[in-house]
Amino acid sequence: MCGIVGLLLKRPVLRPRLGELMLPMLVGMTGRGKDSAGMAVFTDRLKDDRHKLSLYSGAGSLGAAYDWDGLLAQVRDGCDVQAAIAVKGNHAVLTVAAPVASVRTWLKEHISGVQVLSSGSAIDLYKDVGTPADIAARYRFGALEGTHLVGHTRMATESAVTVENAHPYTAGQDWCIVHNGSLSNPHQLRRKLEPLGIEFDGDCDTEAACRYLEWRMREGDDLEDALHKGFEVFDGFYTFLMGTRDKLALVRDPFACKPAIVAETDDYVAIASEFRSLAHLPDVKHAQLFEPKPEHIYSWSI
Amino acid sequence: MKAETPDSVVFDIADGSVRALNQFLHGPMGPTQRVVVENPDGAHSIAVGVNAPIEIDIRGHAGYYAAGMNMHATVNIAGNAGPGVAENMMSGRVTVRGFASVSAGASAHGGLLVIEGDAGLRCGISLKGADIVVGGDVGAFSAFMAQAGRIVVCGDAAENLGDSLYEAVLYVRGEVKSLGADAQFEPMTDADHAAVAGLLLAAGFAHDPASFRRVASAKQLYHWNADANQEY
Repeated sequence: MCGIVGLLLKRPVLRPRLGELMLPMLVGMTGRGKDSAGMAVFTDRLKDDRHKLSLYSGAGSLGAAYDWDGLLAQVRDGCDVQAAIAVKGNHAVLTVAAPVASVRTWLKEHISGVQVLSSGSAIDLYKDVGTPADIAARYRFGALEGTHLVGHTRMATESAVTVENAHPYTAGQDWCIVHNGSLSNPHQLRRKLEPLGIEFDGDCDTEAACRYLEWRMREGDDLEDALHKGFEVFDGFYTFLMGTRDKLALVRDPFACKPAIVAETDDYVAIASEFRSLAHLPDVKHAQLFEPKPEHIYSWSI
Repeated sequence: MKAETPDSVVFDIADGSVRALNQFLHGPMGPTQRVVVENPDGAHSIAVGVNAPIEIDIRGHAGYYAAGMNMHATVNIAGNAGPGVAENMMSGRVTVRGFASVSAGASAHGGLLVIEGDAGLRCGISLKGADIVVGGDVGAFSAFMAQAGRIVVCGDAAENLGDSLYEAVLYVRGEVKSLGADAQFEPMTDADHAAVAGLLLAAGFAHDPASFRRVASAKQLYHWNADANQEY
């Protein structure tokens, strides 16, 4: 079992309150997943070919003691780029004035003990092991600002409780997915993608869907086309909530085994596994509430 | 948080006290005629397992399994209901003013479930004798393996309606996207028209019973057919 939450703000004036509005949503899904949680937040897009990478230095005090300034100096030196870093304990957002791919490759070859959680020009990504409330406090989720976000609370069923297996999953740039359910053919998808040079980090079923959809979009499909192909190839149970730099998207499998509910007002679109995570949103009593239909693509743009 | 008026008891469960509410409903309630539940906010298992002829008003949206296993009580949900509303109901009546999520009335043995809005997938799955009236549409695989009871759908039915039906009977006013294995349309008899009229009256809908079609089991799956080659 897992919980998903998503929030997209329609009015720019609300963007400084994105984290504050989301916080009860994420904590409200603790009953559906209390072993790990994660949050992808999309901010205003960086300009002038600057990009950012969300980095994670490992759990506990060892990770929190990581020498981020040392890493920054190495990146500046090794990649010969302008770079800056914003640190929250064992998490940091590294901003570079360079293409992301080259920095990722350099990090992989030269730095050990740091995972790249996401990369792009708008996405910041946090995930960790612990209860949603603890993780939200650890990374000050209540203070997050941005246009939209995608969050997840995990109750592990098919792989271990680790940061690697926590959601959201990312691939490419400014793309993330969270999953409630279980795919029965992730290995089949993986055998299709790996010969194309697509590398996997872990063994969670969700990563296969994440990389499949990202691959389709890199091949020129728009998100809707990619999801239509996904309906053909994904076997199993899924409610997927996805984020791109300007969109939230939501789909459910043909049996709609895993729950989802949407609340929409003039101010926001909020998505959660259950209404109890939406109950405390402002003016939710007057929101348009609906359950997304199976095999139907729902998407909302900022 | 509990408060009392002369004939009713009000539980505000904003503080998460569903268990206190249910313990009250399961105990000796004395002269209480009516229990009001404020701020349900999608909490699970509100008013499950009630075995008393009282009225319960849930003033908002309920989460999973609201009014499950109900006996004798009349439960009104002012908002939407989560998965499994009135599952395994034995008697009484449950009314949902908004929409109901998946598996509404699953395996209910008796009583009446009224959903004024739409119902999700698998409405009335494994129904065992209760009646369900849905004001709007029902989702895919509704009445799957339903054994007894009646389902009236005033709107449309999605894919595979009545798959592997036993003796339950379905009445649909709108479009049926597809019938499931072994389900078939059958002519409406006078008894069917009377049954639909009675259920619509009980549920408070004013449709013409003549506008409904009957779906029941063709009973071709009742016996093993070695020649079917697993194709149904």
